[in-house]
Amino acid sequence: MPAPLLELKSVSKSWPGVRALDKIDFSLERGEVHALVGENGAGKSTMIKILTGAIHADEGQIILDGQSYAGFSIKQAQNLGIGAIYQELNLIPNLSIAENIFFGREFRKHGLVDFARMHAEAGTILARMGFKLDTRARVGSLGTAWEQVVEIAMAVSKNIRILIMDEPTAPLSTDEVTKLFELIRRLKTEGVSIIYISHRLEELYEICDRVTVFRDGTRIETLPIGEAEKGRLISLMVGRPLLNQYPPRIPVPSASPTILEAEGLRSGKLKDVSLKLRRGEILGLAGLVGAGRTEVVRAIYGADRRSGGRVRKNGKEISIASPLDAIRQGIVLLPEERKSQGLFLNLSVSDNMVFPNLRKYRRLAMLNAKSIRQDVLGMIDSLRIKTSSERNRVLFLSGGNQQKVIIARWMLMEADVIIFDEPTRGIDVGAKFEIYTLMNKLKSEGKSLIVISSDMQELIGISDRLYVMCNGRMKGELVGQDIDQERILRLAADFSDETDGPGVSGSMEGVAAR
Amino acid sequence: MKSKNSIDMKEFALFFFFLLLCVFFSIFASGFLRPTNLLNVARQVSIIGIVSVGMTIVILTGGIDLSVGAIVGVAATGAAFLMINLKLPIALSAVIGILLGGAIGLLNGIMVAKFNIPPLITTLATMTSFRGVSYIITKGIPIYGFDDSFAILGQGYVGPIPIPVIIMLAVFLLGSLMLGRTRFGRHVYGLGGNEEAARLAGLDIGKIKLMVFAISGLLAGFAGIVLLSRLMTGAPTLGTGFEMDVITAVVLGGVSIAGGEGKLRGVIIGVLIMGVLSNGMIIMSLDENYQWLVRGFVLALAVGFDRNSKRTRN
Repeated sequence: MPAPLLELKSVSKSWPGVRALDKIDFSLERGEVHALVGENGAGKSTMIKILTGAIHADEGQIILDGQSYAGFSIKQAQNLGIGAIYQELNLIPNLSIAENIFFGREFRKHGLVDFARMHAEAGTILARMGFKLDTRARVGSLGTAWEQVVEIAMAVSKNIRILIMDEPTAPLSTDEVTKLFELIRRLKTEGVSIIYISHRLEELYEICDRVTVFRDGTRIETLPIGEAEKGRLISLMVGRPLLNQYPPRIPVPSASPTILEAEGLRSGKLKDVSLKLRRGEILGLAGLVGAGRTEVVRAIYGADRRSGGRVRKNGKEISIASPLDAIRQGIVLLPEERKSQGLFLNLSVSDNMVFPNLRKYRRLAMLNAKSIRQDVLGMIDSLRIKTSSERNRVLFLSGGNQQKVIIARWMLMEADVIIFDEPTRGIDVGAKFEIYTLMNKLKSEGKSLIVISSDMQELIGISDRLYVMCNGRMKGELVGQDIDQERILRLAADFSDETDGPGVSGSMEGVAAR
Repeated sequence: MKSKNSIDMKEFALFFFFLLLCVFFSIFASGFLRPTNLLNVARQVSIIGIVSVGMTIVILTGGIDLSVGAIVGVAATGAAFLMINLKLPIALSAVIGILLGGAIGLLNGIMVAKFNIPPLITTLATMTSFRGVSYIITKGIPIYGFDDSFAILGQGYVGPIPIPVIIMLAVFLLGSLMLGRTRFGRHVYGLGGNEEAARLAGLDIGKIKLMVFAISGLLAGFAGIVLLSRLMTGAPTLGTGFEMDVITAVVLGGVSIAGGEGKLRGVIIGVLIMGVLSNGMIIMSLDENYQWLVRGFVLALAVGFDRNSKRTRN
């Protein structure tokens, strides 16, 4: 058997007080897709940073092509053909596709940038990857999926041999994921090896050859994908058998009244969308990216202007022209981009929780620090937020704990309709379970939840009822036992007028109680 | 770069606004349209125009340079001191004056790139210090007595065109070429668009920042020499408040203060709008106090329009 392309031999890395990697062994074959799984903080990203040259290992060897290295610089790693695509895409929005692909390595003719050649070569690379894009288009005008294609093209243009992908499917919809997988298979046949990191375990079975599990800075196990049954992977990752990915469903009382009702919502993207939300219910919104899910909730929340439609809460029509109106009506939104839209990263946990609600703590003209502290500590305790203190900056919390801080904020505001847009993106398995448990808790307290997620398993696992959207319309509704992957996909895909499968009601009428 | 969307709505709107202004003044300000007046406008804006090219480059990286006015002052008074007090040759004095500007720019760059002091603070500090230097050089008294041959730069003509205008156009042309067609120029846009991505692409971010401030300083120094030649007076107050006029022109020209967006061909229109506006108002003999009011209002209007057209595009 030929030697593997890449081998790590007892590589270790410590930070002050933390052993981030402890004597890791790892190997990668030519043309192999090797998955790396583990909870956040398990050491995956440390290993990747060592491979891309962002940090140096304290000890151990990296053997690439028979050559042994103690570590590389960023430039050296690039020259050796190691590239990475990170969760936060690193593109320059105001430059064209071609300029992004060749940024820092522009072709020159007579001292000037040779744009003609740049566009030609960019086009060739994209064509080789199976895409036809206008290389003059500005990257900022593309969607996330296409941006990712540009990042991959960037890597391919550098004669990549090892491509590291960190959660590449997190921002993608189902059919975009399919396209990405096709691309990965294509790269594979060209001999590119891929290290693939994902929290969505189902994906691994589609494209990976082997999977390595990390936990607490050590490598627990490397398995051929055929032997890596999902339950086994999860128990290896968390170090204990995790019986369920989702907490048990709490039934919605059949007498539960409708709390929120939207009728005939219209905006640039939405064409006559109606929905009903009952008290104590988790309502899922499924659909492909671009189907209009986010637009529906943004319209309800008053974040986007709508051109038509009515919203009723508890049977009374309410007018919502801005998020402030929505919040006053007890409707809140946890946005998709947690870091940029939901949190004040530089402020403390406490400030983040009470920020929109300072009126409540006002005493004369000052804030009542004591009652703020009391409420915040209560939330940290009841949501089990892991933080050194309430004055710790939110920046230093893990993704799951950051999400809990936002949830705490709205719980303190006593909102009764809570909208979650991609609540668990980039959050690891253990923390996901906690978020789901928290959702259930909110539900049993009589709050109503609307959840948007690109992770279909998640929607299936937690929704009491689910609407499927397609092209700005409600395509159908699934309730309870009828919620399954096949039905969702059938509705989400754009097969016009083929909707009447079992358990599917094509119209919004007759919302059945479970 | 030539691309399909090279003339976008924003630039068109800006140009339309400029034309509208010209039409307005040609109706209400008699003599505005006369060629001598138009050339006069061009000459009046040329100094600000030269400085605005450097400012545009700095702003494109996401920075700002408040020290340009002070640099104009130091370059002008420095060169004046060399010519009159030290009796150095005119050309040599002028070159040293320009390089002095470049050196101050470099100092800005070092403070920003090596010591991580935000550009606003850095150049606020150098603006204050080097205005002081102008007063020290001149001991607070304007320097006079230049050789007449020095006046060519600021007062001469090639055919009907004033030399400062030709200089300004050349600087704009070279600047456009550099921003649009050289690696350095594209890296300036890249740095302003996403600094982290530029770093990951292996660019030397510090070097680019150093360069943009040095260029801005050099051009401000150059403008200082042209201004000195036009006024033939080395006053310590030269260039006072230029930074605001320049920033106004650049922002008016559609350059995003956040960096990464904007083109010099927009900036030149921004510069011309400023010039036409004050020229027209003077011809209409509008009270100077009201001129300030109108200028500020125009800036707010233009930027407000820009912001809102951006929102609808997204």
